[in-house]
Amino acid sequence: MKAKHQRLTLAVLALLALVGAGLLAAFALQDRANYFYTPADIVAKKPPAGQAIRLGGMVEEGSIQHEADGVTVNFVVQDGKARQSVMYTGITPDLFVEGSGVVADGKLTSDGMFIADSLLAKHDENYVPRELEGIDMTGKMTKTETLVE
Amino acid sequence: MHAYANPTRFLSLARPLTPWLLFGGMALVAAACAWGIFSTPPERLQGDSVKIIFVHVPMAWLGMAGWTGIAIASLSELIWRHPLASHAARAIAVPGALFALLCLVTGALWGRPAWGTWWVWDGRLTSMLVLFFLYLAYIVLANETSKASGRSRIAAIFGVVGIVNLPIIRFSVEWWETQHQGTSISITGKSTIDALYLWPLLVSAIGFSLLFAAIVLMRMRASLAETKVEGRLKRMAAE
Repeated sequence: MKAKHQRLTLAVLALLALVGAGLLAAFALQDRANYFYTPADIVAKKPPAGQAIRLGGMVEEGSIQHEADGVTVNFVVQDGKARQSVMYTGITPDLFVEGSGVVADGKLTSDGMFIADSLLAKHDENYVPRELEGIDMTGKMTKTETLVE
Repeated sequence: MHAYANPTRFLSLARPLTPWLLFGGMALVAAACAWGIFSTPPERLQGDSVKIIFVHVPMAWLGMAGWTGIAIASLSELIWRHPLASHAARAIAVPGALFALLCLVTGALWGRPAWGTWWVWDGRLTSMLVLFFLYLAYIVLANETSKASGRSRIAAIFGVVGIVNLPIIRFSVEWWETQHQGTSISITGKSTIDALYLWPLLVSAIGFSLLFAAIVLMRMRASLAETKVEGRLKRMAAE
C-alpha cells in the first residue's frame, strides 16, 4: 500500500508540474502564436510599413469595391474595434463575402493601406443551412419551407 | 479498478462485446453518413463541402479521446500496476493515430474549397499535427519496450506527458487568433451549428466511437493472446 501511495503522490505532483509548464508555455506564446493581427492590434502597435504581416477580421458590410480592371478589389476589414482598408489584386476565394471572415497576407504602406498578396476566407463557428438564409448560389432568392420543418 | 485485471475475466467480457460494438458502429456510421450526405441542405457559405463535418469532427474528437485513454491507462500502469493497462494503451495508439490523421486529411480537403488553402500553420492545425506525431512517437516507443517488463514505464510516462497537448488543441481557437473557426458545439450553452447538421453529426460521432472501441478491444485481445503464446513458448523451451 505504501509504495502505491508514494507513486500516486509522485504522479499527481508530476501532473501538476506538467500542467503548470503547459500553461506557462501557452501564456508565453500568447502574442506570438496568433496566426494574424486584427485591425485593433495594428492600431495598438503599428507594424513598420513594408513588413510582411497577416491581417484577419471581418469584411465590413458594403465595403467591397471592384476596380475597373476586374481583378483588383478594395475592402475594409474590421473587428468591432478598429477598421483597416485593404487592397488585393487576384482571384478571391468563394467564401469571400461581406460580413464574413478573411485572413490576408501582405504589408502596410506608409499611408496606412494594407496591400494583400494573398487572401484566405475564414469560416466562423456558425453553420447555417442555405435555405434558412434565403441565399442561393445562382443569386436567386429561394425560400424552401420544406427543409425548415 | 482491478475487477477486470484478470485477463480471463476481461476476455469473457470483451469477446461478446466486440461484434456488437463493431457492427453497431458500422451501422450507425453508415446511417449517419447517408443522412448527412443525402438529407442535409448545403450550408450558407460552404455549400455541400459542409458535409465532410460528419467525418472530420468525430475523427478530431476520437483522436483526442484516444490520447486521453492512453494517458489514463498509462497512469494506472504507473500507479496501480494494472496488468491490462499497457495492453490497453498500446491498443489505443494505432486507431488513435489513424483517426488523428483522418482528421487532418479531411480538414485539408475541406480547407481547400472553404479557405482557399490545404494547410496553414495556425494554432489549431499545428497542435493537431503535433498530436499525430505524438501518436507515432508513442507507437515507436511502445514497440521498443516490452509490455511486461519495467521498461514499459518509459512509454507510460510519455503517454502521461503527451496529455499536455490536449487542452492546447481544445483552447487554441480561444487563446489565439486562428484560421480555424471557433467551437460550434457546446454542451452547456447554445450550439451555433444548425440542428439539421448537429444531429447526424452526433449519431456519426457515436458510431465512430463504437468502431473505435471495437478496434481497441480487438487489438487488446490480440495483444493478450500474443503474450500468452510468448509465455507458453518460454515454458516449452524451459522444459
